[in-house]
Amino acid sequence: MRFEGTENYVATGDLTMAVNAAATLRRPLLIKGEPGTGKTLLAEEVARGLGLPFYEWHIKSTTKAQQGLYEYDAVSRLRDSQLGDPKVNEIANYIVKGPLWHCFDSDVQPVLLIDEIDKADIEFPNDLLRELDRMEFFVYETQQVVKARHRPVIIITSNNEKELPDAFLRRCFFHYISFPDKDVMAQIIGVHFPDLKRELLREAMELFFELREVPGLKKKPSTSELLDWLKLLMAEDISPDTLRENTQRKLLPPLYGALLKNEQDVQLFERLMFMSRRKDA
Amino acid sequence: MLIDFFYELRKAGLKVTVTEFLTLLEAMEQRIAVCSVEDFYYLSRAALIKDETQFDRFDQVFGHYFKGLEVLSEDPAAEIPEEWLRALAERMLTEEEKAQIESLGGWDKLMETLRKRLEEQQERHEGGNKWIGTGGTSPFGANGYNPEGVRIGQKESRHRRAVKVWDKREFRNLDSSREIGTRNIKVALRRLRQFARQGAADVLDLDDTIRSTARNAGHLDLKLVPERHNAVKVLLFFDVGGSMDDHIRVCEELFSAARMEFKHMEYFYFHNCLYETVWKDSRRRHQETIPTLDVLHTYGPDYKVIFVGAATMSPYEIVYPGASVEHWNEEAGAVWIERVRATWPKVIWLNPEPQQRWGYTHSIQIVRDLVGDKMYPLTLEGLEEGMRFLSR
Repeated sequence: MRFEGTENYVATGDLTMAVNAAATLRRPLLIKGEPGTGKTLLAEEVARGLGLPFYEWHIKSTTKAQQGLYEYDAVSRLRDSQLGDPKVNEIANYIVKGPLWHCFDSDVQPVLLIDEIDKADIEFPNDLLRELDRMEFFVYETQQVVKARHRPVIIITSNNEKELPDAFLRRCFFHYISFPDKDVMAQIIGVHFPDLKRELLREAMELFFELREVPGLKKKPSTSELLDWLKLLMAEDISPDTLRENTQRKLLPPLYGALLKNEQDVQLFERLMFMSRRKDA
Repeated sequence: MLIDFFYELRKAGLKVTVTEFLTLLEAMEQRIAVCSVEDFYYLSRAALIKDETQFDRFDQVFGHYFKGLEVLSEDPAAEIPEEWLRALAERMLTEEEKAQIESLGGWDKLMETLRKRLEEQQERHEGGNKWIGTGGTSPFGANGYNPEGVRIGQKESRHRRAVKVWDKREFRNLDSSREIGTRNIKVALRRLRQFARQGAADVLDLDDTIRSTARNAGHLDLKLVPERHNAVKVLLFFDVGGSMDDHIRVCEELFSAARMEFKHMEYFYFHNCLYETVWKDSRRRHQETIPTLDVLHTYGPDYKVIFVGAATMSPYEIVYPGASVEHWNEEAGAVWIERVRATWPKVIWLNPEPQQRWGYTHSIQIVRDLVGDKMYPLTLEGLEEGMRFLSR
């Protein structure tokens, strides 16, 4: 069982190494990186590439570790008891399984995505230490132990908003997805738009990487933004000549809204263009 | 052998633990990385280092420890491109150019020079005839007039390039002692977060409700609690003008990051040293000043105070009355800083000047003593240290 990327996802050598190490040793893999470099997508593609079932757990600032295991729906039970429903005698009727439990129940080895773990409370990762280590947990209400039938491949993403505790990090493999260089980027685009005209691709890539080099941009455009932009360019049927002309005449690229998401950035870029136009004139 | 590597990493200040090291060995035993040093590099990095800001240091230790080893363990195919390049170069080069290469000290020397220049060069470069970049006449780089030169960043030489991936040190700018960006500052500032429940009780407290209901013999007894908010309060004092002109950008970033992070944040400007007035709008600083005493009386002792300033001035401006460069000050700046410290127990001073230079500026020493040695450099590390002190 080896992950080598899929037809929709280009994985570089270091990334496949990290994924395979985590999958073989059945340890969680922590993924960090610039926004829009495909952190969340990775888990889905790993599941697809290895042909395994896929479970996901998206973390919000209010998410508690317990919710990933199970929740005891005390309020419904209370209501049922006041209505005299016979269901009320069986406490298991009110245990709602969380994504981790579902994942542990799987018949074959599953892939679990824990998305944006840094969004949660600072103690959140600590509350999952034992669960991720032993892949089991105890249900207090029904006095039962839930144990993973197959240790899942767990992929955790983080945007670095909070530091994760050392005890948690010790248990993970770690990979930082750095921004792809031009070669890898060309591969990524080839995977997404196989019939993109080569002319257009070259012009667009050049423009994109130049844009990323512009000093002082608040938000550099990322891979996913480039892909969106290309999609738009194709939909609008913009020719490579238009792109080149725009660059030569120092104008904003067409459909720039897909790349520059911040009005200050657009203004900055316009000013730079204006200055270089004046210099040329 | 790997045990030495482990200790080497720890000696370099990387907090690699035994568990992680055992994980790496386990992975080696499972034969996840067997073919090349490059695979081993990726594997060991994934297993041992959990923070991208430490990648650069790891790269250095790895490069140092395995220096020369990659030549032995790489498969022989890796050597071919160089031979091929060399042959190609010999065939295509004019006599004159060959002489030039000789003058650089031959092929090996060329490679060595290349490596050195990579070390020296920090930025992308175009044109010119020495640095590595595009479109120039230097033998190094792509698309230049020298097609036989060493191509960098192109597919042909990939195999060679990959071997030295740690030597490129591409994670250098993530090292936390380097410069900082807004997002990084935010992360550092978040250390200060303290969540507390304040305000109107409008969220259902399920546990308490259940407990009270049970006690109430099964009749619903709803309990509410206030929502959690970040309750940290911060006062920022910025030095503007003069010695701070060089640091405007980093201060702007700090300011905008702090703005987003703290609900209770007040900022004031001062020039060089804190005196009896501060202001909030630099354009109208002479019309709309705020007495510092008012500030001292308005904000309670639970506020945390952060000064941002270069503290680079004449020492007189701090210690003598009337020494301010802009106006007649009745009391010395030192007195005002001491008042601030007496009002708020948590005061730090962030200094954008490089820390190495602090020792040579007398005024920095004085200010440092005034704030009880709580002066930190305005780098990510310094910021984190400062925040750690403030949150204690």
